[in-house]
Amino acid sequence: MIIDYVGVKEINGSLIVMDGVKGVSNEEIVDICIDNTTTRQGRVVQIEGEKIVIQVFEGTRRISLTNTKTRLTGHPMEMPLSPEIIGRVLDGAGRPIDGLGDIFPVKKENINGTPINPVSRIYPKNYINTGISTIDTLMTLIRGQKLPIFSGSGMKHNDLAVQIVRQAKISGADNTNFGIVFAAMGVQKDVAEYFKKSFEESGVLSRVVMLLNLSNDPIIERTLTPRCALTIAEYLAFELDMHILVIMTDMTSYAEALREFSSSKGEIPGRKGFPGYLYSDLASLYERAGMIKGHSGSVTQIPILTMPNDDITHPIPDLTGYITEGQIVLDRSLQGQGLYPPVSVLPSLSRLMKDGIGEGYTRSDHQTLANQLFASYAKVIDARSLASVIGEEELSPTDKKYIEFGKLFESKFVNQGFNENRNIEQSLDLGWELLSALPRAELDRVDDALLDKYYKT
Amino acid sequence: MKNSNVIYGINGPVVTVKNADCFEMMEMVYVGEQKLVGEIIGITNEFTTIQVYEETTGLKPGDSVTGTGAPMNVLLGPGIIDNIFDGIERPLKAIEKQSGAFINRGAQVSSLDDKKLWNVTIKVKVGDQLEGGQIYAVLPETPIIEHRLMVHPDLSGEVIKVMPDGEYRIFDTVVVIRDCNGIDHNLTLCQKWPIRTSRPVKERLASSLPLITGQRIIDTLFPIAKGGTAAIPGGFGTGKTMTQHQLAKWCDADIIIYVGCGERGNEMSQVLEEFSELIDPKSQRPMTDRTVLIANTSNMPVAAREASIYTGITLGEYYRDMGYHVAMMADSTSRWAEALREISGRLEEMPAEEGFPAYLPSRLAEFYERSGRAKVLSGGEGSVTLIGAVSPQGSDFSEPVTQNTKRFTRCFWALDKSLAYARHYPAINWMQSYSEYFNDLDTWFRNNLGSDFIEYRNKISALLQEESSLMEIVKLIGSDVLPDDQKLIIETAKVIRVGFLQQNAFHADDTYVPLEKQKLMMKTILHLYAKSRDIVAKNIPLSKILKFGLFDKLTKMKYDIPNSKTEIFDDYIKEIDEKLAAIS
Repeated sequence: MIIDYVGVKEINGSLIVMDGVKGVSNEEIVDICIDNTTTRQGRVVQIEGEKIVIQVFEGTRRISLTNTKTRLTGHPMEMPLSPEIIGRVLDGAGRPIDGLGDIFPVKKENINGTPINPVSRIYPKNYINTGISTIDTLMTLIRGQKLPIFSGSGMKHNDLAVQIVRQAKISGADNTNFGIVFAAMGVQKDVAEYFKKSFEESGVLSRVVMLLNLSNDPIIERTLTPRCALTIAEYLAFELDMHILVIMTDMTSYAEALREFSSSKGEIPGRKGFPGYLYSDLASLYERAGMIKGHSGSVTQIPILTMPNDDITHPIPDLTGYITEGQIVLDRSLQGQGLYPPVSVLPSLSRLMKDGIGEGYTRSDHQTLANQLFASYAKVIDARSLASVIGEEELSPTDKKYIEFGKLFESKFVNQGFNENRNIEQSLDLGWELLSALPRAELDRVDDALLDKYYKT
Repeated sequence: MKNSNVIYGINGPVVTVKNADCFEMMEMVYVGEQKLVGEIIGITNEFTTIQVYEETTGLKPGDSVTGTGAPMNVLLGPGIIDNIFDGIERPLKAIEKQSGAFINRGAQVSSLDDKKLWNVTIKVKVGDQLEGGQIYAVLPETPIIEHRLMVHPDLSGEVIKVMPDGEYRIFDTVVVIRDCNGIDHNLTLCQKWPIRTSRPVKERLASSLPLITGQRIIDTLFPIAKGGTAAIPGGFGTGKTMTQHQLAKWCDADIIIYVGCGERGNEMSQVLEEFSELIDPKSQRPMTDRTVLIANTSNMPVAAREASIYTGITLGEYYRDMGYHVAMMADSTSRWAEALREISGRLEEMPAEEGFPAYLPSRLAEFYERSGRAKVLSGGEGSVTLIGAVSPQGSDFSEPVTQNTKRFTRCFWALDKSLAYARHYPAINWMQSYSEYFNDLDTWFRNNLGSDFIEYRNKISALLQEESSLMEIVKLIGSDVLPDDQKLIIETAKVIRVGFLQQNAFHADDTYVPLEKQKLMMKTILHLYAKSRDIVAKNIPLSKILKFGLFDKLTKMKYDIPNSKTEIFDDYIKEIDEKLAAIS
């Protein structure tokens, strides 16, 4: 027997409260029919006896205390999945909006997923060649990794993401088993269009699943978007054995949507008003990257987030950095100098890099070169700050060499054309060439054998 | 059943039951049809509050809640080592067999393998009087760890029946004892212990033995004692996990308990893979033969994350009671504190600093106080060393978790972002870090390495201090204007920083350095410094000394001198003497 519950008891932001509801289960999805015309979906977020709190995805506008009929669906939020989903455009809650009709589901999965058993994971080791010198050499992207781009408003994170997608070569992946899941959360329409156009130009559009929750779309739906996207990604990777690159932009909008939901629910806020469970919530998304035993597919995540006020200690980048396996940090002053991609090398990092590079993967000198570049560039920063106090003229000859090296490093190594695809050999050789601008004795991370081979006088 | 009731309300991982008077505080309960594990965390005359250790999606009001009559406990017995558990001691390998690569809820698996036969040797005979904690049987758990079965600390009595030596499963009775009330107790190969209660010991001992880690900056500058406590705070990317891994791999404890508390899944798979491939230099066996892993990754339920720390320390205490030295690494205690905050928020408790509950300091203190070196009930001596990573929000050490941890730990290895940016690992900042164990350990160092070890260490840290104040000046006016004796300090400190403090975890020799070599390295550096200072004092310019390349040579000696060939240091000293004699 299906019961329609008429009316609601309270409305508060995106939440409605109903009383006298029997047999409801936690996280269950409900259909809310308004004035017998439109139907919206909601999710049960709290139960107290027969009183329940429902979060309405499309917002509570037009809902009154009397004009609704609510029906329990009996299951949590599920995503219909089928191989045909590749190439489709969906809204933030996973419903098709490309006019090609519904997805005929082969199976349905709870969008919250279930945690991967740590013993079933394969430790990611295969590197992805992105053709970008800084990333390949210094913060290598590994298949199955989650490597976010920390950016700021107005910086070229979208270009960088597009370039990665266009140039990324995953060993063992070809057109039949490579796919992209793109989740847009709170981005402007033209940004979504830009991604779509770029996917089209690089000929991958037919391999992309797009989920679009634009900035004017319901905020609560935004909290579902990455979950739907990752459910699709897991399906494609672990059931159809595809290599999936998930791009999620912008995680800051997602976290803000979560804050809005949390505060309307009257929860005790943590740092900067974000809910205390922000870490666990972000982790439940980011941890869905990886590879598992018995399947050849992989989920690699590149979340993009704009740091509010370029502040890396803001809770969103801060907590993200603690969960993800490194980060690519973009820097406004580099962008101001006209350098692209404006990757700030020192705070950027890839934690999985050490096992995915070197002999058998890239080249045996890779790790040493990367260490030396980091160490030397850190000294450039010291030399620059000294120069800003005493003037460049007064610097010691060694420090002057560092200033020189810094300029070359930024203009030749960091700077790279949007369409320039450098292979790993080129990038590594370029690194050695630049290091040769420094006195040999300064290269204290490199042993003599390597120096003899690569140091050019 | 008497202590059973039904769900009234659900809010995230917190479930409430109305009008129940049958539950005890901290009792373990099963919730819902899938029998999700939960714990009673609050009782009022109207509502009982339960924190559920698993995802609560799909629970309904009216679903059953069944008490177990006992607090949250873990099963202690053979099979713990070389295993990987979740936060409430469920073996992840067995769960994988049951539900595949993704963890389903309500997995009902025995914590320890109840089918496996263990080769037991009984150590008591009929008529023996047994006290709590006494050993009644032993069995080889791994080739290097002998598992000693101890009487539950609350039990004692006379042995009335003994089974012959042989193969038994963990729930088989091997000894029967009769207590003073005439009640018989069957002793099996396992026992239960509540995770939030510390196991008793006979007597606490002073922390006078060092935990040798083979990491130069730790062993020489900031040593930790067996049974000591240490905090490793550091922002993301500063190498907390790497440092913990290095300690787990190389420290000289008998047993390692590694708790991945709210950390990355891929990291745990890395630990699993690396540890099974690594060979322990002392026993020539794989590291996994002495390691227990507890993995509650960040996406696994938050309440179990809170419990994982206690599960870890309880397992540690159990092995300590057998007379082993245990080291437990918790990565990271901040995630544990955040789990506390998250649950506290769900309970609508009044928050204190930064939203953390007001009882955060007392919980931290309780946890760190379970460390220590002690005379154990079974007669021997054992210890639990606690090394907790802290992930400060925004890399700001003034936040509550770091500050409170600082109060209850005696070693503080502060990781520094700028060192990490320059890829100086381990990125332990020598100015901010400290160890309070110097006085406790000096006798040991003096007896085992000679008093010159302590002398070298003091000189090294004095040089680093001086360098730091000189760098203040250099930052303002550049190093060229300094007089030669101060330049010499800067040059020497550079050798110390790059050649001594910096250590390469990926280098076969440098990843673990014996104390003897650490001492000789310090000796050689200080020798060069002393000789050079004499020359500079004679107004011979420093640049003449630098031309010999001796400083660069010492910087690389960590790679050039193998750990087994410490006699090469004599050649270095000789070379220094000869070269410098030429100009003085």
